[in-house]
Amino acid sequence: MSKRVAIVGIGYSGFRSTSGDLSYREMIFEAATKCYKDAGGIHPQSIDSFVASSEDFMEGISIADEYVPDQLGAVLKPVQSIGGDSLQGLASALMQIKTGQHDVVAASAFSKVSNLSHYEHVVAYATDPAYIRPLHENPYFIAGLEMNRYLYETGTTREQCAQVVVKNKYNALNNPHAVYGARISIEDITGAAPLSEPLGVFDVSGHIDGSIVLILASEDKARELTDHPIWIKGIGWATDTPNLDSRTDGLGRAIYAELAGQKAYQMAGISAPFNEIDFAEIDDTFSYKELQHIEALKLCGPGEAGELLALGSFNPGGDFPVNVSGGSLGAGCLHEANGLQRVLETVLQLRGEAGTRQLAGVETGLAFAWRGIPTATGSAIILSSRL
Amino acid sequence: MDEKIKVSGGTGLSSKDISSGKIFMTEDSLDCAYAWDTGVAINRYLSELKKARIIGTKCRKCKRVMLPPRLFCELCFIPSNEWVYLQDSGVVNTFSICYVHWDASRIGEGEKPHLPAVIEIDGASQGMGIMHLLGEVEPKHIKTGMKVQAVWKPESEREGSITDIKYFKPL
Repeated sequence: MSKRVAIVGIGYSGFRSTSGDLSYREMIFEAATKCYKDAGGIHPQSIDSFVASSEDFMEGISIADEYVPDQLGAVLKPVQSIGGDSLQGLASALMQIKTGQHDVVAASAFSKVSNLSHYEHVVAYATDPAYIRPLHENPYFIAGLEMNRYLYETGTTREQCAQVVVKNKYNALNNPHAVYGARISIEDITGAAPLSEPLGVFDVSGHIDGSIVLILASEDKARELTDHPIWIKGIGWATDTPNLDSRTDGLGRAIYAELAGQKAYQMAGISAPFNEIDFAEIDDTFSYKELQHIEALKLCGPGEAGELLALGSFNPGGDFPVNVSGGSLGAGCLHEANGLQRVLETVLQLRGEAGTRQLAGVETGLAFAWRGIPTATGSAIILSSRL
Repeated sequence: MDEKIKVSGGTGLSSKDISSGKIFMTEDSLDCAYAWDTGVAINRYLSELKKARIIGTKCRKCKRVMLPPRLFCELCFIPSNEWVYLQDSGVVNTFSICYVHWDASRIGEGEKPHLPAVIEIDGASQGMGIMHLLGEVEPKHIKTGMKVQAVWKPESEREGSITDIKYFKPL
């Protein structure tokens, strides 16, 4: 069970607000082709198993699992779908190697959210039919409730949340794959139309289409396939109760993130994450989520993230850069594919392939994904260029 | 065993129990709409159907002529961008005589059963074809291996859809 596992190939396509020129099959084929080339030119026949992550309501196809094989080259191969964030899918791929069942496993995810006309209705359908849905509220109210309680409990300010948006949209200007990059001010954000107060329109990440394919391999295979393996040092995931009115410690805290992080740190042998990790890609589906998740992941104490942000600690040049890619606020939200996008960005940084947004001297990174409202599910992974 | 089934049934809920409000329940319906991007391959397929033509793609490696057309061969895992026009005739690979509507209600008195079939299209590789319907044929006369021909809608009614073919009839 102590097998070491590395990410040996990355491929991606899309990352734009619409992708009407390609079907999801063609978009994934493009990402898979790039990924296999990156992994020493491996042919999919030599990949042992495939794990895809998806949510049927997002795709508008039920039992979408069955539509996985062709575009990955996985016809007549072991294929598994995970109905969850793609970082949970990556965890499954990892376990298939750790247990000795397979040596080379591909993990994939995509978003074609532009094909869906009422995203809010899918989210609303994820709330309890007997005692939440009859209230008939736009589901963004859940984010408003979470944000308000988080601000109340920690003393974090509305302006500090807005500063997350300023930072991430600015970072996105250095990312050629980012769709929502911009130079805007805190006042632009706090003065914008409210959505579900204190949440405003700029506190919400915009949606994008895109596809990501990664290959994981056991140590021996990894060394055959690539000169720059990125090792998976730790992983963890957790889910809280679905009850919005009785979450563990309420809506102000992200206990799922604490537990996911704790497990990943333990596995990676990390006791002081802020000092032992160089940077992170952390869920920022909503502005306050980045700060809430930073605190839950023990990168600082409760209520300290906003202050550190104001001091510049999480900027690309700061002590602990967070979302140098632009995050979901700057680069766009890929829904179930968010987890793999964060892993992709972390791998690019660790390989030194992040272009103009490359951080100097980084060896170990953290990626954290949340499954979005109304869920309380999160996954964390520690990646390193050092074995 | 039969006796046990008789005595263990309990008392079922009736629709009256529900309509009279004895049973609490909640109702909701999903208001969702999708418009799927067809992409390069299926877009061409549909636009050719509008012109009453069937088109496939050919893999330059395994030489399969694939239907519906695709931009890549899923077995060789390489792009396949050679387009090949195919016949609008073929052979029945399998069929079923369907006495229920899609909602599971039975067909009415005098209504003809629906006849879904897989048609291996002439010119495509073996096993490649179109899932469609048969027409102008009595169910008892349908045979596996039977030659059939597409019956197209008139040009003014074709819209770039698989239903631009009305059905396949025996040749």
